[in-house]
Amino acid sequence: MSLFILVALPFLGALLPGLMNSAGRSACAGVTFTVSLTAFIGLLTNLPSVLAGEVVTARVDWMPVLGLNFTLMLDGLGFFFALLILGIGLLIIAYGRNYLSREDNMGQFFTYLLLFQGAMVGIVLSDNVLLLLIFWELTSLSSFLLIGYWKHLPEGRQGARMALTVTGMGGLAMIGGMLILGQIVGSYDLSVILQNRELIQADPLYLPALILILLGCFTKSAQFPFHFWLPHAMAAPTPVSAYLHSATMVKAGIFLMARMWPVLSGTPEWFVIVTTAGLVTMCIGAVIALFKHDLKALLAFSTVSHLGLITMLLGTGTAFGAMAAMFHILNHATFKAALFMSAGIIDHEAHTRDIRRLGGLRTLMPVTFVIATLAALSMAGIPLLNGFLSKEMMLEEANHTVLFNVPWLVPVLATVGSVFSAAYCFRLIGHTFFGPVRDDYPAKPHDPPAGLWMPPAILVVLVVVIGVAPFLAEPFVKLVTASVLGGEAEVPKAYFKIWHGLVPALYMSIIATVGGLILLMVFKPALRIWDGAPRPEAKVIFEAIVEAAATLAQKLILPLHNGAFSRYAAIGSVAIIGAGFHAWSTGQVGPATRTAQAADPVAIAGWGMLVAATVGLVFLHRNRLLSLILIGIVGLMVSIGFVFFSAPDLAMTQFTVEVVTIILLLLALNFLPKTTPVESSVLRRVRDVAVAVAGGVATFGIAYHFLLRDAVTTPISEFHLANSYKGGGGTNVVNVILVDFRGFDTYGEIIVLGIAALLIYALTQSLLGGPVRARLLNRKPDQPRAGDMHPMMMVVLTRVIMPVVMMVGFYIFLRGHNEPGGGFIAGLIVSIGVVMQYMASGFNWASARLHYPYHGVIGAGVLVAGLTGIGSWFVNKPFLTSDFTYVRIPPFEKFELATAALFDVGVFLAVVGAVMLSLESFSRLARRAHEPETEHPMDIDPSRDVEDAKGAV
Amino acid sequence: MRKGPCKMELLVASAIGIMTAAGLYLLLRLRTFPVILGISLLTYAVNVFLFASGRLTIGAPPVLRDDMTVYSDPLPQALVLTAIVISFGMTAVVVMIGLGAFLGSNDDHVDDQPEDTQ
Repeated sequence: MSLFILVALPFLGALLPGLMNSAGRSACAGVTFTVSLTAFIGLLTNLPSVLAGEVVTARVDWMPVLGLNFTLMLDGLGFFFALLILGIGLLIIAYGRNYLSREDNMGQFFTYLLLFQGAMVGIVLSDNVLLLLIFWELTSLSSFLLIGYWKHLPEGRQGARMALTVTGMGGLAMIGGMLILGQIVGSYDLSVILQNRELIQADPLYLPALILILLGCFTKSAQFPFHFWLPHAMAAPTPVSAYLHSATMVKAGIFLMARMWPVLSGTPEWFVIVTTAGLVTMCIGAVIALFKHDLKALLAFSTVSHLGLITMLLGTGTAFGAMAAMFHILNHATFKAALFMSAGIIDHEAHTRDIRRLGGLRTLMPVTFVIATLAALSMAGIPLLNGFLSKEMMLEEANHTVLFNVPWLVPVLATVGSVFSAAYCFRLIGHTFFGPVRDDYPAKPHDPPAGLWMPPAILVVLVVVIGVAPFLAEPFVKLVTASVLGGEAEVPKAYFKIWHGLVPALYMSIIATVGGLILLMVFKPALRIWDGAPRPEAKVIFEAIVEAAATLAQKLILPLHNGAFSRYAAIGSVAIIGAGFHAWSTGQVGPATRTAQAADPVAIAGWGMLVAATVGLVFLHRNRLLSLILIGIVGLMVSIGFVFFSAPDLAMTQFTVEVVTIILLLLALNFLPKTTPVESSVLRRVRDVAVAVAGGVATFGIAYHFLLRDAVTTPISEFHLANSYKGGGGTNVVNVILVDFRGFDTYGEIIVLGIAALLIYALTQSLLGGPVRARLLNRKPDQPRAGDMHPMMMVVLTRVIMPVVMMVGFYIFLRGHNEPGGGFIAGLIVSIGVVMQYMASGFNWASARLHYPYHGVIGAGVLVAGLTGIGSWFVNKPFLTSDFTYVRIPPFEKFELATAALFDVGVFLAVVGAVMLSLESFSRLARRAHEPETEHPMDIDPSRDVEDAKGAV
Repeated sequence: MRKGPCKMELLVASAIGIMTAAGLYLLLRLRTFPVILGISLLTYAVNVFLFASGRLTIGAPPVLRDDMTVYSDPLPQALVLTAIVISFGMTAVVVMIGLGAFLGSNDDHVDDQPEDTQ
């Protein structure tokens, strides 16, 4: 199966569980399972090539300029992780189906789970570090949703927030590190980066890059001192803990360390940072785990400890260490997921996970007992189980590792960690399953249905099979190791065996097991010492830091952002003017290259009117109706200016927009006060005048400057002028740019316009649905109403004019490609024609005669434009590639047919719909405030009087 | 071309400056309606400014003719055309928000802090 499909499948599949939610819980889980299974099988189809040592790749250039390409690769390492993610995912889905209760929204759960699965598969298959980062962040986000799945639990919400904060910050650091790596190598493709070990390690930026990337890895994989989020994430439902926090997501950091192993490892910096962090994490995690009473918390800290173990192995930088790490990832994923699921079963059946309230479950839950015991013994490192094998390899490696020139440091610490590790495993078994059967369990425990115990049982079978016959796993682990090493080192020859002879690792193992048993025997006094010892509480520290950061942010933001709009506007204006002044005073301006054109008296008169209206607006703005007239004059003069300076399209657009804007403001003014009172102090007004004058002088200065100078480089407009007719088939270059050269921009713009109109509609709806409705209904008009609201003259005139307006609109539309006009302008003209009907004949009369809802018109417009664009895919051209041809139907002259015209239809419809929906929404508010209108178009209608008279007779 | 003391470039640039100044002043007022007027004036100023970045050309609309070689710059025109239409949509949204706020609270101040209103 193509790698693209493999990565896309879980994401696409994530749409299904929500849809299947109402079809029942089994259907919902079934469809999720099917999606994962398809991806799993798809992955297996690539197995032969991976076994043959090939690297399967897939590549699409996405943003080549940024170096961001959608490139995927599947090598041994990627295959191994994808196998874990999809394989354990299948078991988790089956388990989750039985674990979640009827109250839980299963569709939501499986949607999040599949999103997470897709993001994880994306990480392990990415061949581009930027792409990897995107998937990396997606895992943080989807795990946030999964941890906080039980929204009603405060622990769930807090845990989710903490996990997101910690892993998100780490991800941020990692972005920096990856960008540095990309800069050093000159490519963001992993396969290229992995070839440049010498280049990267010789670069002075190697250490910063290493630290930043490791921050990402350590936060994700819960390494000390970032380990604290993982136990809090245990508030998640157990399937999530088993999947994300033992088998997959927390391994992402380790995956990345393994992925970058060929280029980052082998230096003293790598060795010291990674080995130390791993060793410390392993010991601290194991010690804390022993004293945790919550089964899941115990398992969480044990996961922290094991992740530390794997990190340490990768840190040693030897091929054997890498191989042991890979083997332990496999083993840990099997036994730890099984243990989490067992803990979930106990919680599900006994209604508690507190070890102190359990005990004696051996006889009550024999199946669970066998599963959990085998998995826990494997974790403790008991022979014939897989945990023993990789733990032996770890101890062997630790024996050869010398940290800080102290030869005994690593072996001793590794052994201490193993002692505590064995101890908590024995405690888990002993205190949960052994001992007397109690009579005070919160619920009567018994073995669950097969749906719950089968998934962990399958994993435990793997635990035993690998433990008894390690040679079965050996070729696969060596294959994975080979792709981790990436040719930088030979795969070790060492065989996977249960019996290596009387080597030091064996003695260390024996010490660990015996020590663990002894620790369990002295558990009670040890617990007393532990409880008495002071220790920092990570959650408190974390919350203090977050609180401090929030306080600091508030101190910075609140003075600037205090709820006063005029304040933001002033700050914003001054900041922009200041930035402009800085640019002006530090930049250089060349000499004037254009000669100024003389202005004739007409132009000066027009300028005078514009300035008079603008200045008048400032002084007379308190009279709101008058200011509407003045702003109308400004708009009109701007339109005339456009005509004057050779922009007929702009003039037509500005003119028609002016009409609808004034109507809109009139509709609003109907409700607003008609005057603005004097409120601000003289000082304040002086300040505002100063800001305004500074802004005006600045724009004047920059405009005057560039008007007298030619462009520094040749404008790209030359291209548009040269290709408009040849390539776009139109002589009106502005229209060809809109519908052809920059059609994609226009497409975006009509969508924005449509959204704006829908927003206005939604606001109106919510106003009319709320308390405002009553106020509107009881509103007394503040001005006398016209006696004749729908005068006959106006009704007749607008109706006569309607077909003419439509024809003009049609004409303007058709000629748009070659003469000034087009979809935007035609849309505005037709809107004005329709608005006139509303104004003249009333809302009821007009809307009763309109058969299409304006939302639909907007939608149709966007759809037509979009489909026109998609049409070019069918001839293997990019979106919105246009084509045109000339046809001749005998009685008419030759005319042009262009796909761009179809696109313009979309623009036209969207504009009509958006303008009409906005205005209609405003007038619906007005309607609420009036006494109900009559159905008749005219208040005074002579013909109706005649009919009434007849009726009366 | 006739010679005169007044230049086109000066007229357009000063018009942009005056509209900007008036728009900014009205933007800093305390009631929604003058602020909306200010935004509208700023919209004119910005649109003319963008249009002017194609420089001023008289009598040469960018509609291809066989007998013409010089055209005004079509690209700023196309961009400004959509900007005019979009700004209508945005003005309508702002007016709606202002109107909704007034209908909901019977108050058309733009600031929600008493310290800025006297």
